[in-house]
Amino acid sequence: MKKIINELEKRRQQARLGGGQARIKRQHEKGKLTARERLDILLDEDSFEEYDMFVTHRCNDFGMEKQQVAGDGVVTGWGTINGRMVYVFSQDFTVFGGSLSETHAQKICKIMDLAVQNGAPIIGLNDSGGARIQEGVASLGGYAEVFWRNAQASGSIPQISAIMGPCAGGAVYSPAMTDFIYMVKDSSYMFVTGPDVVKTVTNEIVTAEELGGANTHIKKSSVADAAFENDIETLIAIRRLFSFLPMNSREKAPFLKTEDDKNRIDYSLDSIIPKNANQPYDMHEIVEKIADEGDFLELQAEHAKNIIIGFLRLDGEVVGLIANQPMVLAGCLDINASKKAARFIRFCDCFNIPILTLVDVPGFLPGTDQEYGGIIKHGAKLLFAYAQASVPKVTLITRKAYGGAYDVMASKHIRADVNYAWPSAEIAVMGAKGAVEILYRNELGDAEKIAQRTEQYEKRFANPFIAAERGFIDDVIMPHNSRKRLIRAFSTLKNKQMQMPPKKHDNIPL
Amino acid sequence: MFKKILIANRGEIAVRIIKTAKKMGVKTVAIYSDADEESLHVSNADEAIYIGASSASESYLNIDKIIKACKQTGAEAVHPGYGFLSENPFFCESLEKENIVFIGPNSEAIRAMGDKITSKEIAKGAGVSIIPGYMGLIENAEQAVKIANQITYPIMIKASAGGGGKGMRIAYNDAETIEGFARAKSEAGASFADDRIFIEKYIEKPRHIEIQVLGDKFGNIIYLGERECSIQRRNQKIIEEAPSPFLDEETRKKMGEQAIMLAKAVDYYSAGTVEFIVDKEKNFYFLEMNTRLQVEHPVTELVTNIDLVEQMLQIAAGKKLQIAQEDIKLVGSAIECRIYAEDPKRNFLPSTGRLKTYRPPKEIFSDRLIVRNDSGVYEGAVISPFYDPMIAKLCTFAPSRKEAINLMQNALSEFALEGVGNNIDFLQTVMGQKRFQKGDISTAYIAEEFANGFSGAKLNKEQLQNVLITIALMQYRLDERMGQIKNNYMEWVIFIKNKQYEISVKKNNSGWHVKIDNNEVHLSDFLWRFGAIIAKIIYDKENETILKVNRQNAIFNIRYLGADISAIILPKKIAHLMKYMPQKAPPDMSRFLLCPMPGQISRIDVKEGDIVEEGQSLAIIEAMKMENILYASKRGRVKKLNIELGSILAVDEIIIEFEEV
Repeated sequence: MKKIINELEKRRQQARLGGGQARIKRQHEKGKLTARERLDILLDEDSFEEYDMFVTHRCNDFGMEKQQVAGDGVVTGWGTINGRMVYVFSQDFTVFGGSLSETHAQKICKIMDLAVQNGAPIIGLNDSGGARIQEGVASLGGYAEVFWRNAQASGSIPQISAIMGPCAGGAVYSPAMTDFIYMVKDSSYMFVTGPDVVKTVTNEIVTAEELGGANTHIKKSSVADAAFENDIETLIAIRRLFSFLPMNSREKAPFLKTEDDKNRIDYSLDSIIPKNANQPYDMHEIVEKIADEGDFLELQAEHAKNIIIGFLRLDGEVVGLIANQPMVLAGCLDINASKKAARFIRFCDCFNIPILTLVDVPGFLPGTDQEYGGIIKHGAKLLFAYAQASVPKVTLITRKAYGGAYDVMASKHIRADVNYAWPSAEIAVMGAKGAVEILYRNELGDAEKIAQRTEQYEKRFANPFIAAERGFIDDVIMPHNSRKRLIRAFSTLKNKQMQMPPKKHDNIPL
Repeated sequence: MFKKILIANRGEIAVRIIKTAKKMGVKTVAIYSDADEESLHVSNADEAIYIGASSASESYLNIDKIIKACKQTGAEAVHPGYGFLSENPFFCESLEKENIVFIGPNSEAIRAMGDKITSKEIAKGAGVSIIPGYMGLIENAEQAVKIANQITYPIMIKASAGGGGKGMRIAYNDAETIEGFARAKSEAGASFADDRIFIEKYIEKPRHIEIQVLGDKFGNIIYLGERECSIQRRNQKIIEEAPSPFLDEETRKKMGEQAIMLAKAVDYYSAGTVEFIVDKEKNFYFLEMNTRLQVEHPVTELVTNIDLVEQMLQIAAGKKLQIAQEDIKLVGSAIECRIYAEDPKRNFLPSTGRLKTYRPPKEIFSDRLIVRNDSGVYEGAVISPFYDPMIAKLCTFAPSRKEAINLMQNALSEFALEGVGNNIDFLQTVMGQKRFQKGDISTAYIAEEFANGFSGAKLNKEQLQNVLITIALMQYRLDERMGQIKNNYMEWVIFIKNKQYEISVKKNNSGWHVKIDNNEVHLSDFLWRFGAIIAKIIYDKENETILKVNRQNAIFNIRYLGADISAIILPKKIAHLMKYMPQKAPPDMSRFLLCPMPGQISRIDVKEGDIVEEGQSLAIIEAMKMENILYASKRGRVKKLNIELGSILAVDEIIIEFEEV
């Protein structure tokens, strides 16, 4: 028995070393941590329990049979974050460059299956050179097994990916199917084909960083939700994100007791809307002043900045926020903003996270770029996501709610539960100038008359009252009361029940 | 006494005048422009009259509209505050014609003292000591150079109608005289519609000390001691105090008597200020007389216990002065810090915007200690580009200068201000400097102490310890809420720049036991609400240490005594991993000329392909009526010009890209 115990200890020691000291050193020199070090930061102290530590690959080609490393390039198991259970896998770049073999994939699949079965989220820390070429199609099959499980798990448990090194080729599609992707700046990249292939095929010369670095994916492609300076900051940020997420689709997001008064009044909100309706203001300020403790976790902050998405808490309960940002493109909806918000709404709806929408939208962005790019289809995603979401939905119109965009942004008509407006709200088909130009086309030559018509239109329509008279707005509330009123609104919706017509699943305009 | 007065001003001074009027039972009328519709002075007054567009010339400088407002509301008198029309003799006369009382001196006195050249002649005649200089008007740059050489360098070029640093230039040689003359002339023309210029000897390391005078319409004049206003940036005061730590009783008396001589020479009544420049031998020279209430008047009020606005109202209403010279006793010490919307890290360039957070410290009015905050804003108010970017005047009073400084330091620590750049950290840094505490100051203080600009205060070991403790206790509270603290004990390592500090926290019934490296301290309390900006650590019941805190993900940001510190805290068990994190160099921006302030390009001196030498002027950006010359920081070739004449730029926009030659 003692012999076996000694053997076990020896094997463990060996497994923990991964690819060995030299490779660990090289990993550190690149400013990267090892797979296990990363788990030490991500998980609560001493909470990690490892599975399949002794698994090795079964490849006998290219001399691989002589290179056996326990664990086979990925560390898997479960642990806790602030006491809440989570399944994890962490790819080990020191072992065959973190490449994915059949057994490596099987280890990931095992914990994915457990995560779905036991209703706990999964976090994958990706740092892999790609498929293990020596294993050929077996490796490809491994990827596909992981992909299939990502799809199966989607909407059942939250899935989070961290990209902490290379992630190229088919490997990108597993993170791509998870709910959130966080990247490390300067030391991670994601692309389907790398710079060399790009150069051969298109003659474009581009660095890995430009092609698929963190900045590319948080700003341009929106593949990633956020990026951080280094491994440590990224992992701490994931702990924070995790604190907003529920365990699975049957549970609610965790409650966090707060000292912030649910009746807190903030008079500074009364002055945030500028006198001139064409002047912007920062919607973030409203979000932070409404949220518990001013704490707002923004996602995709650098992409499609004309819409803001993220999590906050109201009196301890997690809420998903969607808000137009008048500072960027006047808060117009465009292709990118629609896609960004639609996917976030779908996430919230999957996981019972109520949705708060703050509206200041002058309409959809016009132009050939938008039309050719399919704004009709992409805008429809947002409309569809809102209409289909069955979680509690509360909407507050702070200023403009014009035209079709009014309908889209969680209006009463697409079944938002409680709709409020500030006195500064203007709910109308369009702004006064545009409306007058259409309604009084024959008077366009007469500037004085047009000015008079514009003033009349503004007086009649540039306010929340016509919508309120029809019951499209439940109440006009004072800005300083917003936090209190929104908390009260959500509290009425705690037991909201909604039946969907029987179907296999919906057909969102993808 | 008047039943109703109109205040021809805005902001904090209007609010302050309303306060005294209310106390005296006098009704108040405010006036406001478009930009000030939601201002505090409007809501605090009994009535408010809209008088025009935001630009001062269409509102606060428009005499006709103000007179109309008086008639409309039946205001019997007008208090002009400072700035705007306060020293405009024509305004004073226009009011008199309408039988409205001007709460200030007579128009002749204003006219005489308002002109720098006339005022010096009168002062000379009255036996007041004056600085060597050229009293006549200067026609052109050549004449300026000639005069400068007669007076000997350094010299100061000033706009005759100027004030507050506008249209003022210092020159150390002929070339600077030529450049300075042109700039001063154009600024003077733009700001005062009067481009007359004069030159005088520039006294290096001077102190700015001024005498407050108060006179009635019966020829009684007294002086209320002095204010020292030596701490200035861009030739504008930011910290003032009374009494001066420099003057002795004899000099004070001499200055006071000369101030009265001058005031008598122009039949002065109401409140006025005679400004002197004082050299290190306590020689003093007359600078100018301000025929109005000064911005920094509160420090005099605090040490004399006299309400100057109340006195001005009494005098204007024809009452005799009830205070005699022998009644004036300067008690204790008072300091004023002007809190400006400006960026000390960018040479104090003004900022504008919405006060997302504005929570001044609690005012205290006890016999021993006073914290007074004169302000015209509130949380959510906008600092607009139309007017002076002052946010508040924070004043403290205590029996000794040392205590007044300490009280100010604490009050500044508690002053939460976000949304616009501001100088609170800078003021805290000055309050913490030994040289300031010793009273060893001059108008060159900021230039000398911050020769390379302001980059935040340096903390000593004990102060740094307070920062570390705060970070650890915040993390403790956060972890505790998440159920992550075992046995009321936790160990961390805190990383600040390249240094690291081991810290452990043990919570017990009597407070917190903290060990930093090998130093142990006990705290009785830690006051911080999740998400709050202000945190207080308390060693014992008497002493609280106040810090401003912020946390973004893993990064803590602490502002304390003028220092601005970023830190990461990690549990001790994983802290060793920090050493593997890459040190990232910030991107090299030295190839670019970045816009230092929001403003408009009013001149471009270079074109693409030009080779520029270090110190060569590149362009002028105009903001808040100030022309700011942008100079080349090193030799290089202009690769790309991203601007054209009239471009409106935001902070940090790239103006010019250079390449190496």
